[in-house]
Amino acid sequence: MFGLVPTSAAAGCLHSIPATLAFSTAPLAHLSTLDLAVITIYFGMVIWIGYHLKGQSNTSEEFFMAGREMTAWIAGLSFVSANLGSLELMGWAGSAYQYGILAAHWYWVGAIPAMLFLGMVMMPFYYVCKTHSVPGYLKLRYGQGSSVVAGFSFAFMTVLMSGVNMFAMAEVMKIVLGWDLNFSIIVSSLAVAAYVALGGLRSAIYNEVLQFILIWGGALLVPIMGLIEAGGWTGFKAKLAHNIQTGLTANGDYTHLWRSMGHFQDNPMGIHWTGIVFGLGFAISFGYWTTDFLVVQRVLAANSLRSARLAPVIGSFFKMAVPLIVILPGLLGLVALQNPDGSLMHLVGENVVAAHPGMGLHSYNEVLPLMMVRYLGPGLLGLGITALIAGFMSGMAGNVSAFSAVSIYDIYQPLFKRNASDKHLVLAGRVATIGGVIISMGAAYTVMHAQGIMDYVQALFSFFIAPLLGVVLMGMFWKRATKEGGFWGLLLGTLTSVGLWAWVKADPSALKYVAISPYAKDMAENMYRALWSVSTSILVCLVVSLLTKAKPLAELEGLVYGATKLPVEEPVPFYKNEWFWTAIAIVCFLALNIYFW
Amino acid sequence: MKNSPLSIWFFVGLMLTVYGGLIFSYGISELVTGQLAPVVLNTLHAPIWWGGGQLVLGLLYLAKFRPGKA
Repeated sequence: MFGLVPTSAAAGCLHSIPATLAFSTAPLAHLSTLDLAVITIYFGMVIWIGYHLKGQSNTSEEFFMAGREMTAWIAGLSFVSANLGSLELMGWAGSAYQYGILAAHWYWVGAIPAMLFLGMVMMPFYYVCKTHSVPGYLKLRYGQGSSVVAGFSFAFMTVLMSGVNMFAMAEVMKIVLGWDLNFSIIVSSLAVAAYVALGGLRSAIYNEVLQFILIWGGALLVPIMGLIEAGGWTGFKAKLAHNIQTGLTANGDYTHLWRSMGHFQDNPMGIHWTGIVFGLGFAISFGYWTTDFLVVQRVLAANSLRSARLAPVIGSFFKMAVPLIVILPGLLGLVALQNPDGSLMHLVGENVVAAHPGMGLHSYNEVLPLMMVRYLGPGLLGLGITALIAGFMSGMAGNVSAFSAVSIYDIYQPLFKRNASDKHLVLAGRVATIGGVIISMGAAYTVMHAQGIMDYVQALFSFFIAPLLGVVLMGMFWKRATKEGGFWGLLLGTLTSVGLWAWVKADPSALKYVAISPYAKDMAENMYRALWSVSTSILVCLVVSLLTKAKPLAELEGLVYGATKLPVEEPVPFYKNEWFWTAIAIVCFLALNIYFW
Repeated sequence: MKNSPLSIWFFVGLMLTVYGGLIFSYGISELVTGQLAPVVLNTLHAPIWWGGGQLVLGLLYLAKFRPGKA
């Protein structure tokens, strides 16, 4: 949700996509009967799962938290899948074509440290206090005021982002397949509403796991075929070097992560390594992966503390592998894609496509579907397209199930129906799920008629994440943090983010102050803005807390480091221990960064 | 007492089996008729090994996580 442009679509994905997915006019792909059968079977299966799990969602704990019965593997795959939207797949494949492997920063330094931190450091507190949501944790730690504010902002932004994502996906389906916008929006919404309303979070998680497998099964063949055609990684690099040497491809370092990060002007993203490490790697990434309830909800559904800690660790391995199906196809497109006359195809920016209609130009964002069409025949193409649809639906189901839980637990119950029966809460949850989908559809149609608001909606979502991180960290690791400190930290951190965004919007030259360099580009702004925002929230929380009265230590049991006795876990063989797998994940993470340095 | 739901891995196995079966069958028909889809590297017969791989994996999961198996 953060990155290329202000924020992500898909209300959940950490990684952003270009705000407007502009495409050429003719559909890219034509589906055969076999392809359509593959897509139809998928829809049938997700509805069947929802119906099958209906009987497993009779209590509020079952409906909203999947009965807290998920194994580490299921919770871990669901944790990653809820983030793996199809717009993210296409947007970041396009970015890899445009900027090279720099785009992988959003999958590695921009995700892995935060996921491991969530599992090993923060999860015990979320899990031990038995909160139902992140706003729920704020309520326990700082009181109802900040919880309700966080609940309202999260619920509102979640359905709004879901709608924006829904519209963008429908637009993609229209351009890639020629499908009608209304058809895509209505069919996908009905499917998601049906299976989440029927089976609750358990159904959403089951489908996310299924979708995760499907995404890999549908998309992994593309880079495999691309590598075969290019002659392996070495062959690809040789072809790319030849293309750059002969002027066929723009000059640049497409295969190294850090070498061009020494100065803002040395890389096409206009970013400095401090922005990547502290802005993306800390403020944005930790904000998203550790405090966004969309993903945290999946881990809270785990069947034990050990599973809850292992789930993000398992997820981190898959997250590290996602560039195989996103970044690699984008890179391979640089040497593989050809025009009908056999010459090298050049993808261009959305503005260029829009300015030259009818010329058959394709935008960067089309690289993934173009690669699919290049290698995948009947059946396999249907599988690839189903993977994109599945990615969209997993993101939307994640939003809707998180919206349902927060709107009932953090808004409806405390403010309107304090003594609601459990049966009533389940019914309210089902109504909230359907209501969330309807509001999302309304947002999708609003965006359809006023696409300019998409940028603003996406930016709006980013305003809350970084300051929330500051307040949650202070609350979790500093016993002295007070209710007033949390409230003012959250408020002033958010205002800092809004203020910096508005300043650059009003005066683009202000970017040199926000991102500390006249050579900084848009993406650097997101990173430094998040960094200033989280710094402000921490500083304000610190100062205000020192000036106000702290809670007695006894009231912080289960909520704060140093005041919580964590349950002793049963000893297990080393290969089942979460610390062992965390160490392996750290080694893999470092090895990838060193190999592609 | 409510019934236990089917394992998620059973659904995964079912999906892989159905998709793998469909794609593998198409690959075999391509091989038999000699009419290859107009895609790059079609002589590698990806539907056969990719679809076949999914089919085998799906059958393994179906067998391991079938309903009623403890």
